[in-house]
Amino acid sequence: MKAYLALEDGLVFEGKGFGAEGEIFGEVVFNTSLTGYQEIMTDPSYKGQMVTMTYPHIGNYGVNSEDVESAHPWVEGFIIRELSPVTSNYRCEETLDAYLRRHGKVGIQEIDTRKLVKYLRDFGAKKGVLSTIDHDPKSLVQKAKDSRSIVGVDLVKDVTCQKPYEFQEALLEGFEWGVKERDLKKKIPIVAVDCGIKFNILRKLNQHGFQVKIVPAFSSAEEILKENPKGVFFSNGPGDPAAVPYVVESARKLVGRVPIFGICLGHQMLGQALGGTTSKLKFGHRGGNHPVMDLKTRKIEITSQNHGFVVDLASLPKEDVELTHMNLNDQTLEGFRHKKYPLFCVQYHPENSPGPHDSDYLFQRFREMIERN
Amino acid sequence: MPRRTDIHKILIIGSGPIVIGQACEFDYSGTQACKVLREEGFEVVLMNSNPATIMTDPETAQRTYIEPLTVEFLEKVIEKERPDACLPTMGGQTGLNLAVEAYEKGVFDKYNVKLIGARYESIKKAENREEFKAAMEKIGLDLPKSAFAYTIEEALEVGDVIGYPVIVRPSFTLGGSGSGICYNREELVNIARMGLDYSRTHEILIEESLVGWREFELEVMRDICDNFVVICSIENFDPMGVHTGDSITVAPAQTLTDKEYQRMRDAARKVISEIGVETGGSNIQFAVNPQNGRMVIIEMNPRVSRSSALASKATGFPIAKFAAKLAAGYTLDEIPNDITKYTPASFEPTIDYCVVKIPRFAFEKFEGVDSALTSQMKSVGEAMSIGRTFKEALQKGLRSLETRRFGLGGDGRDRILGRDLKKIEDYLEFAQTASQDEELRKKIVRYISVPREDRIFYVKYAFMAGLVTEEIYRYSHIDPWFLEQIRQIVDLEKEIINARSNKEKKKAVLREAKRYGFSDRQLSFFWEMEQKEIRELRKSLGVDAVFKLVDTCAAEFKAYTPYFYSTYEDEDEEEVTSRKKVMILGGGPNRIGQGIEFDYCCVHAAFALRDMGYETLMVNSNPETVSTDYDTSDKLFFEPLTQEDVLTIYEHEKPEGVIIQLGGQTPLNLAKGLEANGVKILGTSVEAVDRAEDREQFKKVLEKIDLKQAQNGIAWDLDGACKLANEIGYPVVIRPSYVLGGRAMKIVYDEKALRQYMTEAVDVSDEHPVLVDQFLTDATEVDVDLIGDGSQYVVGAVMEHIEEAGIHSGDSASVIPPFSLKKELIGEIILKTKQIAAELGIIGLMNVQYAIKEGVIYCLEVNPRASRTVPFVSKTIGVPLAKLAAQVMAGKTLKELGFTEEIVPKHTAVKESVFPFIKFPGVDIILSPEMRSTGEVMGIDRDFPRAFYKSQVAAGSHLPDKGKIFISVKNQDKRKIVPIARKFHEMGYVIVSTSGTLDALAAKEIPAELVFKLGEGRPDVCDLIRNHEIKLVVNTPSGKEIAMLDEAKIRSMAVSFDIPCITTINAAHAATAGLQAVRGKGLDVKAIQDYHKVKTKA
Repeated sequence: MKAYLALEDGLVFEGKGFGAEGEIFGEVVFNTSLTGYQEIMTDPSYKGQMVTMTYPHIGNYGVNSEDVESAHPWVEGFIIRELSPVTSNYRCEETLDAYLRRHGKVGIQEIDTRKLVKYLRDFGAKKGVLSTIDHDPKSLVQKAKDSRSIVGVDLVKDVTCQKPYEFQEALLEGFEWGVKERDLKKKIPIVAVDCGIKFNILRKLNQHGFQVKIVPAFSSAEEILKENPKGVFFSNGPGDPAAVPYVVESARKLVGRVPIFGICLGHQMLGQALGGTTSKLKFGHRGGNHPVMDLKTRKIEITSQNHGFVVDLASLPKEDVELTHMNLNDQTLEGFRHKKYPLFCVQYHPENSPGPHDSDYLFQRFREMIERN
Repeated sequence: MPRRTDIHKILIIGSGPIVIGQACEFDYSGTQACKVLREEGFEVVLMNSNPATIMTDPETAQRTYIEPLTVEFLEKVIEKERPDACLPTMGGQTGLNLAVEAYEKGVFDKYNVKLIGARYESIKKAENREEFKAAMEKIGLDLPKSAFAYTIEEALEVGDVIGYPVIVRPSFTLGGSGSGICYNREELVNIARMGLDYSRTHEILIEESLVGWREFELEVMRDICDNFVVICSIENFDPMGVHTGDSITVAPAQTLTDKEYQRMRDAARKVISEIGVETGGSNIQFAVNPQNGRMVIIEMNPRVSRSSALASKATGFPIAKFAAKLAAGYTLDEIPNDITKYTPASFEPTIDYCVVKIPRFAFEKFEGVDSALTSQMKSVGEAMSIGRTFKEALQKGLRSLETRRFGLGGDGRDRILGRDLKKIEDYLEFAQTASQDEELRKKIVRYISVPREDRIFYVKYAFMAGLVTEEIYRYSHIDPWFLEQIRQIVDLEKEIINARSNKEKKKAVLREAKRYGFSDRQLSFFWEMEQKEIRELRKSLGVDAVFKLVDTCAAEFKAYTPYFYSTYEDEDEEEVTSRKKVMILGGGPNRIGQGIEFDYCCVHAAFALRDMGYETLMVNSNPETVSTDYDTSDKLFFEPLTQEDVLTIYEHEKPEGVIIQLGGQTPLNLAKGLEANGVKILGTSVEAVDRAEDREQFKKVLEKIDLKQAQNGIAWDLDGACKLANEIGYPVVIRPSYVLGGRAMKIVYDEKALRQYMTEAVDVSDEHPVLVDQFLTDATEVDVDLIGDGSQYVVGAVMEHIEEAGIHSGDSASVIPPFSLKKELIGEIILKTKQIAAELGIIGLMNVQYAIKEGVIYCLEVNPRASRTVPFVSKTIGVPLAKLAAQVMAGKTLKELGFTEEIVPKHTAVKESVFPFIKFPGVDIILSPEMRSTGEVMGIDRDFPRAFYKSQVAAGSHLPDKGKIFISVKNQDKRKIVPIARKFHEMGYVIVSTSGTLDALAAKEIPAELVFKLGEGRPDVCDLIRNHEIKLVVNTPSGKEIAMLDEAKIRSMAVSFDIPCITTINAAHAATAGLQAVRGKGLDVKAIQDYHKVKTKA
């Protein structure tokens, strides 16, 4: 099955399709993680995007029902160099090909992914179309051009839950890490605002002794406070942070009234709530190898990252905000805290999945912050 | 944290000679460490006994001691240099062991030297299995069930508790020496005995067998602030049970989910913290049960290693360089990533290609050795290859090995269970009939159940014979992911074959074939076309290789370091400059006969040409080397050294020329084919190479300059050989033409032996005839290295061998200046050598071997290329010959370079060879025309006896200062042994002999104790060796088959029990002289810079 990937500015790749047949649109981005394609596909933050995996062999260990970050894949399309002909893992339940087909997701393989990645690096993330139907490059490029940009679009509404719920799942047995010996019996009730929350954030919050109530992204501050939470968590999520003013609004109202922790889009929500602005990175940070320094301890953690937008450091009010984490690759803002109120957040993913486990202490900090409050 | 200011002078310990398990990678790491620490303003003192290293160049460290790596000599160096710190983690297990021993003897404390890189306690914790086990249990990591044993009885008890099979691992050994798998009590007794002997602490670990589990390695680094990064993950193609040095390994890991990988990463972090490696790199090995994911830790090395060199080359992240910086006090975030420049080293490299490492073996040189791969390492080298996919990298790797294979079979070299598939018809017949041949299938199944060097080919044959992945997995335990990749290759091969008579189909499959790593050579086999035609077809269709960058970051950031691999993709990233450039072909994987010496030469060429303003392009496939450090040349191409791959780069880059004479025989063999394809060869012409290598032409050259040759001739078959040998007269030396390292070369004493040899030799090389030479008995062998610029010729050195002619020059000890030859004779040798050079028109280097018999000079062979001895000569005379050679090839004259006269050093240097016999128990260690040494050491001092003594100590041959010496020599030597025995006697040694030698000594009134020969009664000589009563063995081989067996047993037993064994009269002479010279006086150490009055910048 022939498949084509076309970018808005004319670059076209011919490859082989896998997964479902069809034609889909999205922003083309890349992820440099060597492992964890299943976690990546099921991360709701990828709504609206097609992900290119830089490592050429994908699908080697198949797909299972345990390593998912949400109920189903969210990537619009999946771009790889070579799909594995076999799966080799004791936990494997299905091939990647079958999984994507089952979920109606289109994939393309056997293209020069490195060429694509270099292009995205040099010219920025691009709108693109992936099609197994239309084999005309010209028409495809036009379609890509005409497709909707993710800038200014609220994608959170597509991925958030519709009503509050609870999530009891623990970390996968045999793969736990982080806290073990502390007394976590006293559960701390918190509310997590779901902008597209990853399961592993919830698993980590559970592990750290939180009783989590997950609420839709459109919940107002009042609705959140009605739950009597000891803390509020703002989750990761897809798309342009400037396009979800309603989350920023409830965050703003919560600042100072309850301890707050945010991750990724949550961090961008909090940045705006404190008066900052956000902007789009050229091609974003997506991978599991980015060095971030905790400016307090000067320790470096290797982090899991997935963001295309960033909070503008200069836009944050200096009197209120203290920079806590910095990306050592490009010196961008990775985390800050409020000087007066119990509030902190990070741009990267301490829950990882996929990625290294270096940043578990942040959940600990959240708990300590609440306990101090 | 900034650089440490409390230390100023750092001592780095090298790894000594190349041995199995420890090769060029430590020259790579040590050289990087020297460079980095000097840049940081430290004064660097280096100690290493191996002259064939870049690190021992006088420019690398400020003070360089080419001295034996023993505590005694280490203390002397420390006493003289008074360093503040010692970095022991760059010199492999040798460096680490030496540091531990010196620490335990109080040497570092005495002189107030700090250990940096790894603390003593950390080394002990990682290396001592009991402490390691306790440490791992403390941090909650799972280990294989195991217990220690100190006696055979304890070993058996443990074996019974754990249940067979079990693995025996001795503590503190090199490359897994003395370890092995035991399936029953009997095997355990044998292997435990050997292991207890090998262990420095007489301790063995008996362990639950994990045979069949998946094996992984992580290369990690940690700094003083507890920052931790994983540089690379590696998955072994061969499952547990095969030493990782002998496994095909793949980077990155292929079959781990992120959850499993991160669990492994967490474990690695805990391990390095618990062991306490605070500044540097470590290698941590894990096994994973494929059925349930259970992960256990196998071992960790608290130092840079072979794997870390591989990881550095696989990712572009220079581990050793950064480890040295960390040891100097920096933290990871303070070190910039060389490749991206703007991002720090505190990240984890990610790659967008697949890397395969394949070991290279030399079983053919060790007759009678079991070629099954076990937990004890046996490979002598390795090749690495990079492709966008595993399939591509695998096939590139197989043709990088230079075992005359050009991919995964289908290259006219397939040999299945003794059946040759040289022609496509044979291959097709096999492919069509194999699946119906039940007997064959059974044999193949049996073959793939035992790991061997060629098992991967049999996996392919198994697929061809219709076996499916599940079956092959059941017998081989090779992970199905890898097996399926091979199946894909087999499937595409079928398509390729199906296209053989249809041009359109050929065109259709060509690009895919190249993307699967098929070489033009394989395609030419399948399609019965000339390689050239395949090339043309490819070009006409635009199927051309492109070059991609190794950049540590999967293209996320712009990279500045020009490190390339070829692949078949859309985009070519390599920017060809308009600078004038020279391409240097490296030596490929290490093997016996071709190793680090040639890498040394290539590196020098790169440095010299860079200084001359050329852009240098290095092509090599050996990940251990300095030449494949991307800092060495302007552009590095990590590629196989085959005609196709070299031409691809050549046509891409269009350099002014190619240097082929520095990388050993590998590039030299490519010369003709390259030239025929329009490549300009720099230096000595291809025609001259031919004149030196072609017997007939060579004969004419020698006749022209009136130089004698041993009588010789060429035979094309058995009868011809017999006839020729009768004419020449026995004994004769016989060998196939065009070989290196004396492969299959033998001295035969009668026709029966000749006939036996011929049946084997035809096997070895049927395309070339057999050469028969008169064997010059009792002749002195001489090696000469020369450099020429086409009009002027200068001899680097005349080296006199200690062992007589007939022993491969690579295996004998050699001495500069000659210790017994007359001045006039040396003069004549120099003159003749220059005449040969002038006749051939040498531009660059040349090596000539002579035999001197009764004052007459016979020319044995001429090699119009750099030889193994170039670094040894360069270090001895203080002139970098390889560097000059490169400059000469680029057009300089020797006059311009200021090297116009021979240098006769006032000191003496002795090169001694180092052998891998300890890895091949039972093999006779007797020296022969077949080269078997893996490495070399140099002893340098004011005179011959002292230099020889040092060379013996450095080679690990601990000549005893007192005790019992066993002497037993063949009849011809009975007279010659007398003065030697007398000297030993006078020095107070007790001589022990068997009856024959004893009588000969008694006749000259030299007292000796009688000992039984084997089979005469007990205790016999082997008992004395076993009980460590004998401290030295002097045994010359009788050359007779039956006596040989007993002698061989004695010699190989001596090797197993680490007792020095001298097998020639000349060496025994030298040993007595050496012992006499050092008696009661000891020896001094002197820096190489002082020998040559070199002033180095601070």
